[in-house]
Amino acid sequence: MTGLERIAEAFESARADGRRAALMPYLMGGFPDLDTSRRIGLEYARAGADLIELGVPFSDPLADGPVIHAAATVALRARVKLPDVLSGVGRAIADEGVPVVVMCYANPILARGLDRFADSLLEVGASGLIVPDLPLEEAPAVLRACDERGLALVPLVAPTTPEDRLARIGAQARGFLYTVSLTGTTGERSGSLADGFAAVVSRAAACTEVPVAVGFGISTPEQAGAAAAAGADGVIVGSRLVRAAGEGPDPVAAVGVVMRELAAGLAGSAVG
Amino acid sequence: MTAVEHRFGPYGGQYVPEMLMPALAELEDAWVAARDDPEFRAELDALLRDYVGRPSPLYEARRLSEAAGHRIFLKREDLNHTGAHKINNAIGQALLARRMGKRRIIAETGAGQHGVAAATACALLDLECIVYMGTEDMRRQKPNVERMGLLGARVEPVQAGARTLKEAVSAAIRDWVTNVETTHYIIGSCVGPAPYPALVRDLQRVIGDEARAQVLDAAGRLPDRVIACVGGGSNSIGVFTPFVADPDVELVGVEAAGEGIETGRHGAPLTAAGLPGVLHGAFSAVMQDEDGQILEAHSISAGLDYPGTGPEHAWLRDSGRARYVAITDAQALDAFALTARLEGIIPALESSHAIAWAVGNGPSELDLVCLSGRGDKDLAEALDHLSS
Repeated sequence: MTGLERIAEAFESARADGRRAALMPYLMGGFPDLDTSRRIGLEYARAGADLIELGVPFSDPLADGPVIHAAATVALRARVKLPDVLSGVGRAIADEGVPVVVMCYANPILARGLDRFADSLLEVGASGLIVPDLPLEEAPAVLRACDERGLALVPLVAPTTPEDRLARIGAQARGFLYTVSLTGTTGERSGSLADGFAAVVSRAAACTEVPVAVGFGISTPEQAGAAAAAGADGVIVGSRLVRAAGEGPDPVAAVGVVMRELAAGLAGSAVG
Repeated sequence: MTAVEHRFGPYGGQYVPEMLMPALAELEDAWVAARDDPEFRAELDALLRDYVGRPSPLYEARRLSEAAGHRIFLKREDLNHTGAHKINNAIGQALLARRMGKRRIIAETGAGQHGVAAATACALLDLECIVYMGTEDMRRQKPNVERMGLLGARVEPVQAGARTLKEAVSAAIRDWVTNVETTHYIIGSCVGPAPYPALVRDLQRVIGDEARAQVLDAAGRLPDRVIACVGGGSNSIGVFTPFVADPDVELVGVEAAGEGIETGRHGAPLTAAGLPGVLHGAFSAVMQDEDGQILEAHSISAGLDYPGTGPEHAWLRDSGRARYVAITDAQALDAFALTARLEGIIPALESSHAIAWAVGNGPSELDLVCLSGRGDKDLAEALDHLSS
């Protein structure tokens, strides 16, 4: 099965199970340390993750807010490297049968060499790739390398993306369309984002054939439920879980609690 | 082909989060319209003349020339209002921001010169100004922090990483990602995603346009070499550009060798010539480890303490049109002291790198050196090192 097929299947089975949207948690590889991040990934799988985004630490993460930036800094100080993240964490999650989409900034990909990087994703059983600083214009070579291997290069769209551009991005989206819910960096936002969700989801859905996943700023079961109610096929939660991974004596238990709350927020019978 | 260059050879591009792409397109459109608009041009030229004090003089430094063994002309950007070349770009971009209807301005600063220039332009044009600055640089450049406050800007301390220019740029970009609809980012050098490298070059080429005419007037000939320091590379690209088509003029960019290239503690990505990479939205020469993590730069001069460089410089290097060399902290300090003693001019530590190379390296009959800023801001740091 290719990565593209695994991702498609994850969205289908979430729907078939009667859930309102796929739950797509993010973790930073190597945070709070490499082995704990592996166990966090496995806990995500146990707690109902349909797809897991695996972050590769980078020194200058321009799209990330303070929580994920700080987690990357911790991982880099501990000398966690890309192969550690892929084979130490990515493979373990993929072996559990949950699709892994690697989130990595452009420069570590270039430094490793595009083909070598893409091959290493295949080797560990990853299904796709998100590059937060690789807009449409810079993406062709990476898209080709992913397509050749059946990996999904997942693009991002933002509330600021104009319609004509949205159509071009949606047309070449693979796996799913990462729909940024707000204008800003990653990080938790208080209160209801629900008003914004309906507009961003319907705009995104109109431009693409692939499922629409909403991320950035979603941290509570209520927000996750609201994104599903707005029509999102998937809900991405990052900073809230990374924060939980950095708190307290038992990070695995802490993320487990948050994950089960989020899963409950997306459970079938709730009013949608 | 875009109206503004996005690539210089393989370098440049727009490696930024999707949120910023519409703003970059808007900025490019605005610049293309403004640069050909006689009204905009007239307003900018009048401000450069009456407010900045342009043209800046070209001065033949006779005693420095004697020490060097060849003629050295200094392009006196230190005599601009606010004391450096940074104001040329800041005024131009602030006018552009006002034209785009964006009244909130953000900027980053290392040495503080660009922060002061942006704060000054915003005071003049009644724009809100927020300047991101690493806390290590705030310590090194305290007078400039105070100046920015007096000018009505808010200085946002940046605690991440080595607390210098790289992190300040990252913090400014994150602010822009969040506030892009109301905010213009006045980037201080010819770095960042397109159209910035071309926009900043266009606004800084006034240095070279003036200097070329002035040196022809004063010496009756073109210089053998045009020499300027390179951090991000804005004063150098500004002074180089009008000479690029003069094949007999050698262009020399002087980077910071810091404690020595071989120590790894430097700010010389062009000279060290490692694998190119992506930093702050552009593919260019960059200091990075084998995993593609960006390294911290080191220089005694806060303005050269940056691990990246403008993409056009990387292409000028690869195409062979310009050469890039590096000067250590110690050599720059010597040139700083020498210029003060011989010429009664206290240069910025950044510009001292260019002077050090010009004085110490022949053969040449006539050098044009861009004295990009004055050294008042560096007094405490330089005296500390010179006395130890």
